[in-house]
Amino acid sequence: MAKKLPGLNTSSTADIAFLLLCYFLMTTTMGSQTGLSRRLPPMPDEKQKTQDQKVNRRNIIIVKINSQDRLMAGTEPMDVSQLKDKIKIFLTNPTNDPTLPEKELLDIEGLGKREVSKGVISLQNDRGTSYQAYIAVQNELVKAVNELRDEASMVEFGKKFLQLDEDQQGMIKKLIPSYISEAEPKDIGKKK
Amino acid sequence: MSMFKKDGKKEVPGVGVSSDIVFMLLFFFMVTTQMRDTEDKVMVKIPSASEAVKLERKDLSSYINVGTPIRSLQAQYGTETRIQLNDSFKTTKDIRDFVAAERESMSESDRAFMTVCIKADENTRMGIVTDIKQELRRCSALKIMYSARKAE
Repeated sequence: MAKKLPGLNTSSTADIAFLLLCYFLMTTTMGSQTGLSRRLPPMPDEKQKTQDQKVNRRNIIIVKINSQDRLMAGTEPMDVSQLKDKIKIFLTNPTNDPTLPEKELLDIEGLGKREVSKGVISLQNDRGTSYQAYIAVQNELVKAVNELRDEASMVEFGKKFLQLDEDQQGMIKKLIPSYISEAEPKDIGKKK
Repeated sequence: MSMFKKDGKKEVPGVGVSSDIVFMLLFFFMVTTQMRDTEDKVMVKIPSASEAVKLERKDLSSYINVGTPIRSLQAQYGTETRIQLNDSFKTTKDIRDFVAAERESMSESDRAFMTVCIKADENTRMGIVTDIKQELRRCSALKIMYSARKAE
């Protein structure tokens, strides 16, 4: 009778695997990268003369944050929590107020003719503004646009914006564009 | 002798099953993990934002850390807000080289999608962030992301 082979002692493999597992558990950084995506405007060509883009006064809302993190939108100072509604009204202009942005009749592929707001949000900050306040304001602006897009998606497709497919999202993006301009820094309120 | 043999037959199954599960988990983490290739030299507590979205294509992003040096380096570098690129403290002037180097390491087709992720501490003043932004505009790295924690 042939001698039986002794079984391999595998009891330690689990230990080794656990050790490795713990190592990867500690070093892993899963999905921790989140943030607000923005696109910077290209640097104006120095040779080219800066021609002021003629944007109608009523189409711009200026959001300013000073070095004390105080916020001003348009002409009135306000709290960050009020900003979203202000921006939403600014971008939709529900009552066709002549002081709020004009709307343009655009032919959007797949949707047909729709009124698109020409509003531009201009965000200005001081060098002394804290990053936290800046992000809070950016966040409110993004939130306003996202909510408007959600509402538009509900009207057009009966679904939330994120549930739409890529083409539909593209259409909604055209319907509710987000023009947020981050102006050149200014030293407001830092006189001596 | 016969007593021992009996015992051997009744033996409970070994750890084979549990090690399989552990190996499965291990592979999962091995695949999803991303090694931290740089050591943090600045303290960064990123602000939170409810609308934060996930960064797509992690491999196409480069990071700029802004904050005060970590405790152990404060004696050497002070507590002034600094910029960290890769592994060392840099100034805004070095961003150009940094961006160029990052671009170089990407494939031709991916370069247009490069995202610069600005990880700044929430107490940073915007002045330094604005300088970085201006410098990035100059090297036409226009896709940026303000790093923020997702808050409900």
